[in-house]
Amino acid sequence: MAYSEKLIDHYENPRNIGSLDKGAEDVGTGLVGAPACGDVMKLQIKVGADGLIEDAKFKTFGCGSAIASSSLVTEWVKGKTIDEAETIKNTDIAKHLALPPVKIHCSVLAEDAIKAAIADYRAKASKKDEPQAAE
Amino acid sequence: MTAIAQIRRNDQPIYLDYQATTPLDPRVLEAMMPYFTYKFGNPGSRSHSYGWEAEEGVEKARGQVAKLIGADEKEVIFTSGATESNNLAIKGVAEFYKDRRNHIVTTVTEHKCVLDTCRHLEQQGFDVTYLPVQKNGLVDLEQLRAAVTDKTVLVSIMAVNNEIGVIQPLAEIGAICREKGAFFHTDAAQAAGKIALDVEAMNIDLMSISGHKIYGPKGIGALYVRRRPRVRLVAMIVGGGQERGFRSGTLPTPLCVGLGEAAEICSNEMAAEAERLTKLRDRMLKGLNAKLPEIYVNGDLDRRIPGNLNISFAHVEGESLMMGIKNLSVSSGSACTSASLEPSYVLRALGVEEEMAHTSLRIGLGRFTTEHEVDTAVDELAHQVTKLRAMSPLWEMSQEGIDIKSIEWAAH
Repeated sequence: MAYSEKLIDHYENPRNIGSLDKGAEDVGTGLVGAPACGDVMKLQIKVGADGLIEDAKFKTFGCGSAIASSSLVTEWVKGKTIDEAETIKNTDIAKHLALPPVKIHCSVLAEDAIKAAIADYRAKASKKDEPQAAE
Repeated sequence: MTAIAQIRRNDQPIYLDYQATTPLDPRVLEAMMPYFTYKFGNPGSRSHSYGWEAEEGVEKARGQVAKLIGADEKEVIFTSGATESNNLAIKGVAEFYKDRRNHIVTTVTEHKCVLDTCRHLEQQGFDVTYLPVQKNGLVDLEQLRAAVTDKTVLVSIMAVNNEIGVIQPLAEIGAICREKGAFFHTDAAQAAGKIALDVEAMNIDLMSISGHKIYGPKGIGALYVRRRPRVRLVAMIVGGGQERGFRSGTLPTPLCVGLGEAAEICSNEMAAEAERLTKLRDRMLKGLNAKLPEIYVNGDLDRRIPGNLNISFAHVEGESLMMGIKNLSVSSGSACTSASLEPSYVLRALGVEEEMAHTSLRIGLGRFTTEHEVDTAVDELAHQVTKLRAMSPLWEMSQEGIDIKSIEWAAH
Protein backbone atom coordinates (compact mmCIF):
# COMPACT_ATOMS: atom_id res chain seq x y z
CA MET A 1 0.00 0.00 0.00
CA ALA A 2 1.50 3.32 -1.02
CA TYR A 3 0.94 6.12 1.45
CA SER A 4 1.13 9.88 0.89
CA GLU A 5 4.19 11.86 1.92
CA LYS A 6 2.16 13.76 4.50
CA LEU A 7 0.99 10.56 6.11
CA ILE A 8 4.47 9.08 6.23
CA ASP A 9 5.83 12.33 7.68
CA HIS A 10 3.27 12.24 10.50
CA TYR A 11 3.98 8.56 11.13
CA GLU A 12 7.75 9.02 11.21
CA ASN A 13 7.76 12.35 13.02
CA PRO A 14 4.57 12.30 15.05
CA ARG A 15 3.68 15.68 16.61
CA ASN A 16 2.62 16.12 20.21
CA ILE A 17 3.11 12.62 21.57
CA GLY A 18 2.58 12.43 25.27
CA SER A 19 0.11 12.78 28.10
CA LEU A 20 -1.42 15.67 30.03
CA ASP A 21 -2.69 15.39 33.59
CA LYS A 22 -6.07 13.80 33.06
CA GLY A 23 -7.19 14.89 36.55
CA ALA A 24 -6.61 18.58 35.80
CA GLU A 25 -9.77 20.68 35.39
CA ASP A 26 -8.53 22.39 32.24
CA VAL A 27 -7.69 19.09 30.51
CA GLY A 28 -10.17 17.08 28.47
CA THR A 29 -9.34 13.43 27.67
CA GLY A 30 -10.81 11.30 24.89
CA LEU A 31 -10.07 7.58 24.74
CA VAL A 32 -11.67 5.91 21.74
CA GLY A 33 -11.38 2.69 19.77
CA ALA A 34 -10.79 -0.81 21.09
CA PRO A 35 -7.67 -3.00 21.35
CA ALA A 36 -9.55 -5.91 19.78
CA CYS A 37 -10.20 -3.81 16.68
CA GLY A 38 -6.54 -2.84 16.43
CA ASP A 39 -7.00 0.89 17.09
CA VAL A 40 -6.98 2.86 20.33
CA MET A 41 -6.50 6.64 20.43
CA LYS A 42 -6.02 8.78 23.48
CA LEU A 43 -6.29 12.48 22.71
CA GLN A 44 -6.03 15.22 25.30
CA ILE A 45 -6.62 18.97 25.10
CA LYS A 46 -5.66 21.69 27.56
CA VAL A 47 -7.90 24.73 27.38
CA GLY A 48 -6.58 28.13 28.43
CA ALA A 49 -8.43 30.85 30.39
CA ASP A 50 -9.12 32.59 27.07
CA GLY A 51 -11.07 29.56 25.86
CA LEU A 52 -8.45 28.54 23.30
CA ILE A 53 -6.88 25.09 23.15
CA GLU A 54 -3.32 25.82 24.21
CA ASP A 55 -1.96 22.28 24.14
CA ALA A 56 -2.89 18.91 22.73
CA LYS A 57 -1.26 15.51 23.19
CA PHE A 58 -1.94 12.04 21.86
CA LYS A 59 -0.99 8.42 22.19
CA THR A 60 -2.18 5.90 19.62
CA PHE A 61 -2.11 2.12 19.27
CA GLY A 62 -2.94 1.43 15.66
CA CYS A 63 -1.72 1.31 12.11
CA GLY A 64 0.33 4.06 10.49
CA SER A 65 -2.82 5.82 9.27
CA ALA A 66 -4.26 5.91 12.78
CA ILE A 67 -1.04 7.34 14.18
CA ALA A 68 -0.87 9.96 11.42
CA SER A 69 -4.55 10.92 11.80
CA SER A 70 -4.20 11.53 15.52
CA SER A 71 -0.91 13.39 15.12
CA LEU A 72 -2.52 15.64 12.51
CA VAL A 73 -5.55 16.55 14.64
CA THR A 74 -3.38 17.53 17.61
CA GLU A 75 -1.78 20.07 15.28
CA TRP A 76 -5.12 21.25 13.97
CA VAL A 77 -6.86 21.80 17.29
CA LYS A 78 -4.13 23.90 18.89
CA GLY A 79 -5.09 27.57 19.00
CA LYS A 80 -8.73 26.85 18.20
CA THR A 81 -11.70 27.33 20.50
CA ILE A 82 -13.38 24.09 21.48
CA ASP A 83 -16.36 25.02 19.32
CA GLU A 84 -14.06 25.42 16.33
CA ALA A 85 -12.21 22.18 17.12
CA GLU A 86 -15.51 20.39 17.23
CA THR A 87 -16.14 21.21 13.57
CA ILE A 88 -13.12 19.19 12.36
CA LYS A 89 -14.48 16.50 10.08
CA ASN A 90 -13.05 13.07 9.39
CA THR A 91 -13.28 13.83 5.67
CA ASP A 92 -10.87 16.74 6.12
CA ILE A 93 -8.39 14.44 7.87
CA ALA A 94 -8.78 11.73 5.24
CA LYS A 95 -8.33 14.24 2.44
CA HIS A 96 -5.29 15.91 3.97
CA LEU A 97 -3.50 12.57 4.47
CA ALA A 98 -4.88 11.01 1.27
CA LEU A 99 -6.03 7.96 3.23
CA PRO A 100 -6.84 4.91 1.12
CA PRO A 101 -10.49 3.74 1.37
CA VAL A 102 -9.73 0.88 3.80
CA LYS A 103 -8.16 3.41 6.19
CA ILE A 104 -11.03 5.92 6.33
CA HIS A 105 -12.05 4.49 9.72
CA CYS A 106 -8.79 5.87 11.14
CA SER A 107 -9.91 9.42 10.37
CA VAL A 108 -13.35 8.69 11.84
CA LEU A 109 -11.64 7.55 15.02
CA ALA A 110 -9.57 10.74 15.15
CA GLU A 111 -12.73 12.85 14.83
CA ASP A 112 -14.33 10.77 17.60
CA ALA A 113 -11.25 11.32 19.76
CA ILE A 114 -11.49 15.14 19.55
CA LYS A 115 -15.22 15.03 20.23
CA ALA A 116 -14.65 12.77 23.24
CA ALA A 117 -11.91 15.02 24.61
CA ILE A 118 -14.15 18.08 24.21
CA ALA A 119 -17.09 16.30 25.86
CA ASP A 120 -14.85 15.35 28.80
CA TYR A 121 -13.62 18.93 29.15
CA ARG A 122 -17.17 20.29 29.06
CA ALA A 123 -18.37 17.75 31.62
CA LYS A 124 -15.59 18.83 33.99
CA ALA A 125 -16.35 22.51 33.38
CA SER A 126 -20.08 22.13 34.08
CA LYS A 127 -19.38 20.19 37.30
CA LYS A 128 -17.14 23.03 38.37
CA ASP A 129 -19.93 25.54 37.66
CA GLU A 130 -22.73 23.70 39.43
CA PRO A 131 -21.73 24.17 43.08
CA GLN A 132 -20.95 27.81 42.36
CA ALA A 133 -24.45 28.34 40.96
CA ALA A 134 -25.96 26.74 44.05
CA GLU A 135 -24.30 29.20 46.39
CA MET B 1 25.59 -19.45 0.41
CA THR B 2 27.77 -17.67 -2.09
CA ALA B 3 24.84 -16.65 -4.17
CA ILE B 4 23.62 -13.90 -1.91
CA ALA B 5 24.73 -11.12 -4.23
CA GLN B 6 22.60 -12.58 -6.99
CA ILE B 7 19.60 -12.97 -4.71
CA ARG B 8 19.37 -9.50 -3.19
CA ARG B 9 20.57 -6.19 -4.53
CA ASN B 10 22.12 -3.87 -1.97
CA ASP B 11 19.28 -1.36 -2.21
CA GLN B 12 16.65 -3.99 -1.36
CA PRO B 13 15.34 -4.57 2.17
CA ILE B 14 16.35 -7.67 4.11
CA TYR B 15 14.00 -10.46 3.09
CA LEU B 16 12.43 -12.19 6.11
CA ASP B 17 9.26 -13.57 4.58
CA TYR B 18 10.34 -17.03 3.45
CA GLN B 19 6.90 -18.52 4.18
CA ALA B 20 5.38 -16.20 1.59
CA THR B 21 7.81 -17.21 -1.10
CA THR B 22 11.48 -17.97 -1.59
CA PRO B 23 13.93 -16.65 -4.13
CA LEU B 24 14.89 -19.01 -6.92
CA ASP B 25 18.14 -20.74 -6.09
CA PRO B 26 20.67 -19.78 -8.81
CA ARG B 27 21.48 -23.49 -9.25
CA VAL B 28 17.81 -24.07 -10.05
CA LEU B 29 17.78 -21.30 -12.62
CA GLU B 30 20.86 -22.80 -14.22
CA ALA B 31 19.16 -26.19 -14.53
CA MET B 32 16.09 -24.56 -16.07
CA MET B 33 17.79 -22.40 -18.68
CA PRO B 34 18.31 -25.00 -21.43
CA TYR B 35 14.61 -25.87 -21.30
CA PHE B 36 13.71 -22.25 -21.97
CA THR B 37 16.00 -22.22 -24.98
CA TYR B 38 17.24 -25.09 -27.11
CA LYS B 39 15.54 -27.91 -25.21
CA PHE B 40 12.15 -26.40 -25.93
CA GLY B 41 10.37 -29.56 -27.10
CA ASN B 42 6.97 -30.71 -25.92
CA PRO B 43 7.54 -33.58 -23.48
CA GLY B 44 4.47 -35.20 -25.02
CA SER B 45 6.06 -35.37 -28.48
CA ARG B 46 7.03 -38.99 -29.01
CA SER B 47 8.20 -38.75 -32.58
CA HIS B 48 11.44 -36.76 -32.38
CA SER B 49 14.44 -35.91 -30.22
CA TYR B 50 13.09 -32.53 -29.12
CA GLY B 51 10.24 -34.29 -27.37
CA TRP B 52 12.45 -37.06 -25.96
CA GLU B 53 14.88 -34.53 -24.54
CA ALA B 54 12.08 -32.57 -22.83
CA GLU B 55 10.51 -35.77 -21.56
CA GLU B 56 13.83 -36.84 -20.11
CA GLY B 57 14.04 -33.53 -18.21
CA VAL B 58 10.52 -33.86 -16.88
CA GLU B 59 10.94 -37.48 -15.81
CA LYS B 60 14.21 -36.77 -14.04
CA ALA B 61 12.44 -33.97 -12.16
CA ARG B 62 9.57 -36.29 -11.23
CA GLY B 63 12.10 -38.67 -9.71
CA GLN B 64 13.76 -35.85 -7.79
CA VAL B 65 10.44 -34.76 -6.28
CA ALA B 66 9.55 -38.37 -5.44
CA LYS B 67 12.88 -38.88 -3.70
CA LEU B 68 12.28 -35.88 -1.43
CA ILE B 69 9.16 -37.48 0.04
CA GLY B 70 10.00 -41.17 -0.17
CA ALA B 71 7.60 -41.85 -3.03
CA ASP B 72 7.80 -43.66 -6.34
CA GLU B 73 8.18 -41.36 -9.34
CA LYS B 74 5.02 -42.77 -10.90
CA GLU B 75 3.08 -41.35 -7.97
CA VAL B 76 4.02 -37.72 -8.62
CA ILE B 77 2.00 -35.49 -10.91
CA PHE B 78 2.83 -31.92 -11.81
CA THR B 79 0.33 -29.11 -11.21
CA SER B 80 0.46 -25.33 -11.25
CA GLY B 81 1.13 -25.13 -7.51
CA ALA B 82 -0.05 -26.18 -4.08
CA THR B 83 -3.40 -24.44 -4.45
CA GLU B 84 -4.22 -26.55 -7.48
CA SER B 85 -2.84 -29.67 -5.80
CA ASN B 86 -5.05 -29.09 -2.77
CA ASN B 87 -8.09 -28.46 -4.92
CA LEU B 88 -7.44 -31.55 -7.01
CA ALA B 89 -6.74 -33.81 -4.05
CA ILE B 90 -9.78 -32.80 -2.02
CA LYS B 91 -12.34 -32.30 -4.78
CA GLY B 92 -10.98 -35.20 -6.80
CA VAL B 93 -11.25 -37.73 -3.97
CA ALA B 94 -14.57 -36.38 -2.71
CA GLU B 95 -16.11 -36.56 -6.14
CA PHE B 96 -14.82 -40.06 -6.94
CA TYR B 97 -15.94 -41.73 -3.72
CA LYS B 98 -19.07 -39.69 -3.03
CA ASP B 99 -21.46 -42.63 -3.39
CA ARG B 100 -19.73 -44.53 -0.60
CA ARG B 101 -18.38 -41.85 1.73
CA ASN B 102 -19.23 -38.17 1.91
CA HIS B 103 -17.47 -36.85 4.99
CA ILE B 104 -14.22 -34.84 5.15
CA VAL B 105 -12.20 -33.93 8.22
CA THR B 106 -9.87 -30.94 8.25
CA THR B 107 -8.71 -28.28 10.72
CA VAL B 108 -9.55 -24.62 11.23
CA THR B 109 -5.95 -23.51 10.68
CA GLU B 110 -5.59 -24.88 7.15
CA HIS B 111 -4.59 -22.62 4.29
CA LYS B 112 -7.47 -20.73 2.70
CA CYS B 113 -7.34 -22.88 -0.42
CA VAL B 114 -8.12 -25.99 1.63
CA LEU B 115 -10.82 -24.28 3.70
CA ASP B 116 -12.42 -22.75 0.64
CA THR B 117 -12.37 -26.07 -1.21
CA CYS B 118 -14.10 -27.69 1.78
CA ARG B 119 -16.71 -24.92 1.90
CA HIS B 120 -17.32 -25.48 -1.78
CA LEU B 121 -17.86 -29.20 -1.17
CA GLU B 122 -20.22 -28.45 1.73
CA GLN B 123 -22.37 -26.48 -0.69
CA GLN B 124 -22.41 -29.59 -2.88
CA GLY B 125 -23.77 -31.65 -0.01
CA PHE B 126 -20.63 -33.09 1.59
CA ASP B 127 -20.22 -33.02 5.37
CA VAL B 128 -17.08 -31.35 6.63
CA THR B 129 -15.71 -31.40 10.18
CA TYR B 130 -13.37 -28.50 11.00
CA LEU B 131 -11.31 -29.62 13.97
CA PRO B 132 -10.04 -26.98 16.39
CA VAL B 133 -6.36 -26.93 17.31
CA GLN B 134 -4.74 -26.76 20.72
CA LYS B 135 -3.09 -23.65 22.13
CA ASN B 136 0.21 -24.71 20.57
CA GLY B 137 -1.38 -24.99 17.12
CA LEU B 138 -1.37 -28.79 16.96
CA VAL B 139 -4.35 -31.01 16.35
CA ASP B 140 -5.59 -33.14 19.25
CA LEU B 141 -5.22 -36.75 18.09
CA GLU B 142 -8.04 -38.05 20.27
CA GLN B 143 -10.37 -35.43 18.83
CA LEU B 144 -9.25 -36.47 15.38
CA ARG B 145 -9.84 -40.15 16.11
CA ALA B 146 -13.33 -39.34 17.36
CA ALA B 147 -14.11 -37.24 14.30
CA VAL B 148 -13.20 -39.88 11.70
CA THR B 149 -16.14 -42.19 11.01
CA ASP B 150 -16.93 -44.93 8.51
CA LYS B 151 -18.36 -42.17 6.33
CA THR B 152 -15.08 -40.24 6.25
CA VAL B 153 -13.44 -40.40 2.85
CA LEU B 154 -10.62 -37.94 3.46
CA VAL B 155 -8.69 -36.33 6.26
CA SER B 156 -6.86 -33.20 5.07
CA ILE B 157 -4.41 -31.77 7.59
CA MET B 158 -1.51 -29.52 6.69
CA ALA B 159 2.00 -30.69 7.50
CA VAL B 160 3.31 -27.28 8.52
CA ASN B 161 1.28 -24.17 9.15
CA ASN B 162 2.09 -21.20 6.94
CA GLU B 163 1.70 -18.58 9.66
CA ILE B 164 3.12 -20.20 12.78
CA GLY B 165 5.31 -22.94 11.30
CA VAL B 166 4.11 -25.70 13.63
CA ILE B 167 4.53 -29.29 12.48
CA GLN B 168 1.50 -31.55 12.83
CA PRO B 169 2.05 -35.14 14.06
CA LEU B 170 1.84 -36.60 10.56
CA ALA B 171 2.76 -40.20 11.33
CA GLU B 172 0.15 -40.39 14.11
CA ILE B 173 -2.50 -38.81 11.90
CA GLY B 174 -1.59 -41.21 9.10
CA ALA B 175 -1.94 -44.20 11.42
CA ILE B 176 -5.41 -43.10 12.53
CA CYS B 177 -6.51 -42.61 8.93
CA ARG B 178 -5.18 -45.99 7.86
CA GLU B 179 -6.90 -47.68 10.79
CA LYS B 180 -10.22 -46.01 9.95
CA GLY B 181 -9.99 -46.51 6.20
CA ALA B 182 -9.94 -42.83 5.31
CA PHE B 183 -7.44 -41.29 2.90
CA PHE B 184 -4.90 -38.89 4.36
CA HIS B 185 -4.08 -35.77 2.39
CA THR B 186 -1.52 -33.29 3.65
CA ASP B 187 -0.77 -29.83 2.32
CA ALA B 188 3.02 -29.91 2.56
CA ALA B 189 3.69 -26.59 0.83
CA GLN B 190 5.54 -25.29 3.92
CA ALA B 191 6.96 -28.65 4.95
CA ALA B 192 8.54 -30.23 1.89
CA GLY B 193 12.24 -29.56 1.76
CA LYS B 194 12.19 -28.19 5.32
CA ILE B 195 11.52 -31.35 7.33
CA ALA B 196 11.96 -35.02 6.51
CA LEU B 197 8.82 -36.45 4.92
CA ASP B 198 8.16 -40.07 4.11
CA VAL B 199 4.83 -40.99 2.56
CA GLU B 200 5.31 -44.64 3.50
CA ALA B 201 6.29 -44.20 7.13
CA MET B 202 3.63 -41.54 7.62
CA ASN B 203 0.85 -43.33 5.71
CA ILE B 204 0.23 -40.29 3.54
CA ASP B 205 -2.03 -40.94 0.55
CA LEU B 206 -1.94 -37.51 -1.07
CA MET B 207 0.53 -34.68 -0.62
CA SER B 208 0.61 -31.18 -2.07
CA ILE B 209 3.92 -29.51 -2.84
CA SER B 210 4.75 -26.02 -4.06
CA GLY B 211 7.77 -25.03 -6.16
CA HIS B 212 8.25 -21.47 -4.98
CA LYS B 213 8.37 -22.35 -1.29
CA ILE B 214 11.46 -24.51 -1.84
CA TYR B 215 13.61 -22.10 -3.88
CA GLY B 216 12.06 -23.33 -7.12
CA PRO B 217 10.00 -21.40 -9.65
CA LYS B 218 6.50 -20.01 -9.17
CA GLY B 219 3.70 -21.57 -11.20
CA ILE B 220 4.63 -25.19 -10.54
CA GLY B 221 3.75 -27.66 -7.86
CA ALA B 222 3.16 -31.35 -7.47
CA LEU B 223 0.62 -33.73 -6.07
CA TYR B 224 1.66 -37.09 -4.73
CA VAL B 225 -1.08 -39.67 -5.35
CA ARG B 226 -0.56 -43.09 -3.78
CA ARG B 227 -0.69 -46.09 -6.12
CA ARG B 228 -0.74 -48.90 -3.56
CA PRO B 229 -3.36 -48.98 -2.14
CA ARG B 230 -4.60 -46.97 -5.04
CA VAL B 231 -6.16 -43.56 -4.56
CA ARG B 232 -8.51 -42.52 -7.32
CA LEU B 233 -9.40 -38.99 -8.31
CA VAL B 234 -11.78 -37.25 -10.64
CA ALA B 235 -9.67 -34.86 -12.70
CA MET B 236 -10.53 -31.18 -12.73
CA ILE B 237 -8.70 -30.31 -15.92
CA VAL B 238 -9.38 -32.72 -18.75
CA GLY B 239 -8.00 -32.90 -22.26
CA GLY B 240 -4.91 -34.68 -23.56
CA GLY B 241 -4.74 -37.07 -20.64
CA GLN B 242 -1.27 -36.08 -19.45
CA GLU B 243 -0.17 -36.92 -15.90
CA ARG B 244 -1.98 -40.28 -15.81
CA GLY B 245 -5.15 -38.44 -16.77
CA PHE B 246 -5.22 -36.58 -13.47
CA ARG B 247 -4.15 -33.28 -14.99
CA SER B 248 -4.26 -32.58 -18.69
CA GLY B 249 -2.23 -29.87 -20.36
CA THR B 250 1.25 -29.65 -21.82
CA LEU B 251 3.81 -29.77 -19.04
CA PRO B 252 5.84 -26.58 -18.52
CA THR B 253 9.18 -28.32 -18.94
CA PRO B 254 11.45 -25.59 -17.51
CA LEU B 255 9.25 -25.26 -14.43
CA CYS B 256 9.13 -29.03 -13.89
CA VAL B 257 12.92 -29.20 -14.20
CA GLY B 258 13.21 -26.30 -11.76
CA LEU B 259 10.97 -27.96 -9.20
CA GLY B 260 12.97 -31.17 -9.56
CA GLU B 261 16.31 -29.43 -9.09
CA ALA B 262 14.93 -27.48 -6.11
CA ALA B 263 13.77 -30.76 -4.54
CA GLU B 264 17.15 -32.38 -5.19
CA ILE B 265 18.99 -29.51 -3.47
CA CYS B 266 16.63 -29.75 -0.49
CA SER B 267 17.17 -33.51 -0.24
CA ASN B 268 20.92 -32.97 -0.11
CA GLU B 269 21.08 -29.92 2.13
CA MET B 270 18.01 -30.14 4.37
CA ALA B 271 19.75 -31.50 7.46
CA ALA B 272 22.61 -28.99 7.46
CA GLU B 273 20.25 -26.19 6.54
CA ALA B 274 17.87 -26.98 9.40
CA GLU B 275 20.74 -26.84 11.84
CA ARG B 276 21.94 -23.49 10.49
CA LEU B 277 18.44 -21.98 10.50
CA THR B 278 17.70 -23.19 14.02
CA LYS B 279 20.81 -21.37 15.22
CA LEU B 280 19.77 -18.21 13.40
CA ARG B 281 16.24 -18.38 14.74
CA ASP B 282 17.44 -18.93 18.29
CA ARG B 283 19.83 -16.03 17.87
CA MET B 284 17.01 -13.79 16.73
CA LEU B 285 14.67 -14.77 19.55
CA LYS B 286 17.41 -14.42 22.14
CA GLY B 287 18.32 -11.00 20.76
CA LEU B 288 14.72 -9.79 20.82
CA ASN B 289 14.09 -11.13 24.31
CA ALA B 290 17.20 -9.37 25.57
CA LYS B 291 16.01 -6.02 24.23
CA LEU B 292 12.26 -6.16 24.58
CA PRO B 293 9.94 -7.15 27.42
CA GLU B 294 6.48 -8.60 26.75
CA ILE B 295 7.01 -10.40 23.49
CA TYR B 296 5.32 -13.74 22.93
CA VAL B 297 5.95 -16.51 20.41
CA ASN B 298 2.73 -17.86 18.89
CA GLY B 299 2.57 -21.61 18.32
CA ASP B 300 4.74 -24.42 19.62
CA LEU B 301 8.41 -23.44 19.52
CA ASP B 302 9.79 -26.99 19.58
CA ARG B 303 7.49 -28.69 17.10
CA ARG B 304 8.16 -26.04 14.50
CA ILE B 305 10.14 -25.63 11.30
CA PRO B 306 13.46 -23.88 11.94
CA GLY B 307 12.78 -20.93 9.65
CA ASN B 308 9.68 -19.49 11.29
CA LEU B 309 8.96 -17.14 14.13
CA ASN B 310 5.57 -15.62 14.82
CA ILE B 311 5.80 -13.07 17.58
CA SER B 312 3.29 -10.80 19.29
CA PHE B 313 4.86 -7.51 20.36
CA ALA B 314 2.34 -6.54 23.03
CA HIS B 315 0.76 -3.07 22.70
CA VAL B 316 2.23 -2.31 19.27
CA GLU B 317 0.02 -2.73 16.24
CA GLY B 318 1.54 -4.93 13.54
CA GLU B 319 1.10 -2.74 10.51
CA SER B 320 2.53 0.35 12.15
CA LEU B 321 5.47 -1.78 13.17
CA MET B 322 5.99 -2.99 9.61
CA MET B 323 5.85 0.61 8.36
CA GLY B 324 8.66 1.45 10.74
CA ILE B 325 10.99 -1.42 9.94
CA LYS B 326 11.52 -0.22 6.40
CA ASN B 327 14.66 -2.23 5.89
CA LEU B 328 12.94 -5.53 6.75
CA SER B 329 10.37 -7.44 4.69
CA VAL B 330 8.14 -9.43 7.01
CA SER B 331 4.41 -10.04 7.18
CA SER B 332 1.81 -9.34 9.80
CA GLY B 333 -0.91 -11.28 11.56
CA SER B 334 -2.66 -8.00 12.02
CA ALA B 335 -5.54 -7.40 9.71
CA CYS B 336 -4.71 -3.86 8.90
CA THR B 337 -2.67 -4.86 5.90
CA SER B 338 -5.66 -6.51 4.30
CA ALA B 339 -9.09 -5.28 3.38
CA SER B 340 -10.87 -7.55 5.86
CA LEU B 341 -9.74 -5.81 9.08
CA GLU B 342 -10.04 -9.16 10.85
CA PRO B 343 -6.89 -10.38 12.55
CA SER B 344 -5.38 -13.73 11.58
CA TYR B 345 -7.80 -16.64 11.88
CA VAL B 346 -4.88 -18.92 12.62
CA LEU B 347 -3.81 -16.95 15.68
CA ARG B 348 -7.44 -16.65 16.79
CA ALA B 349 -7.75 -20.45 16.53
CA LEU B 350 -4.88 -20.81 19.01
CA GLY B 351 -6.86 -18.71 21.43
CA VAL B 352 -4.62 -15.66 20.97
CA GLU B 353 -6.68 -12.63 22.04
CA GLU B 354 -7.66 -10.30 19.22
CA GLU B 355 -5.63 -7.44 20.63
CA MET B 356 -2.56 -9.68 20.75
CA ALA B 357 -3.21 -10.98 17.24
CA HIS B 358 -3.08 -7.36 16.04
CA THR B 359 0.46 -7.07 17.38
CA SER B 360 1.97 -10.10 15.66
CA LEU B 361 4.59 -10.40 12.97
CA ARG B 362 5.59 -13.45 10.98
CA ILE B 363 9.33 -13.59 10.48
CA GLY B 364 10.58 -16.15 7.98
CA LEU B 365 14.24 -17.12 7.73
CA GLY B 366 15.65 -19.12 4.87
CA ARG B 367 18.52 -20.33 2.76
CA PHE B 368 19.98 -16.90 2.08
CA THR B 369 19.48 -15.38 5.52
CA THR B 370 22.75 -14.40 7.18
CA GLU B 371 23.74 -13.84 10.79
CA HIS B 372 24.36 -10.19 9.97
CA GLU B 373 20.82 -9.86 8.63
CA VAL B 374 19.41 -11.42 11.79
CA ASP B 375 21.37 -9.00 13.97
CA THR B 376 20.25 -6.03 11.89
CA ALA B 377 16.65 -7.21 12.12
CA VAL B 378 16.84 -7.55 15.90
CA ASP B 379 18.19 -4.00 16.23
CA GLU B 380 15.59 -2.50 13.92
CA LEU B 381 12.71 -4.36 15.54
CA ALA B 382 13.80 -3.44 19.05
CA HIS B 383 14.25 0.20 18.10
CA GLN B 384 10.87 0.47 16.40
CA VAL B 385 8.90 -1.46 19.01
CA THR B 386 10.36 0.75 21.73
CA LYS B 387 9.47 3.87 19.76
CA LEU B 388 5.90 2.73 19.12
CA ARG B 389 5.37 1.61 22.70
CA ALA B 390 6.34 5.11 23.83
CA MET B 391 3.36 6.38 21.85
CA SER B 392 0.97 3.54 22.69
CA PRO B 393 -1.82 4.32 25.17
CA LEU B 394 -2.07 0.59 25.90
CA TRP B 395 1.60 0.35 26.82
CA GLU B 396 1.15 3.40 29.07
CA MET B 397 -1.81 1.76 30.80
CA SER B 398 -0.03 -1.54 31.24
CA GLN B 399 2.98 0.30 32.75
CA GLU B 400 0.59 2.05 35.14
CA GLY B 401 -0.82 -1.31 36.11
CA ILE B 402 -4.21 -0.75 34.51
CA ASP B 403 -5.79 -3.95 33.21
CA ILE B 404 -6.80 -3.24 29.63
CA LYS B 405 -9.57 -5.80 29.90
CA SER B 406 -11.15 -3.84 32.77
CA ILE B 407 -11.98 -0.98 30.43
CA GLU B 408 -15.24 -0.98 28.53
CA TRP B 409 -14.10 -0.42 24.97
CA ALA B 410 -16.54 0.67 22.32
CA ALA B 411 -16.12 -1.74 19.42
CA HIS B 412 -16.10 0.08 16.12
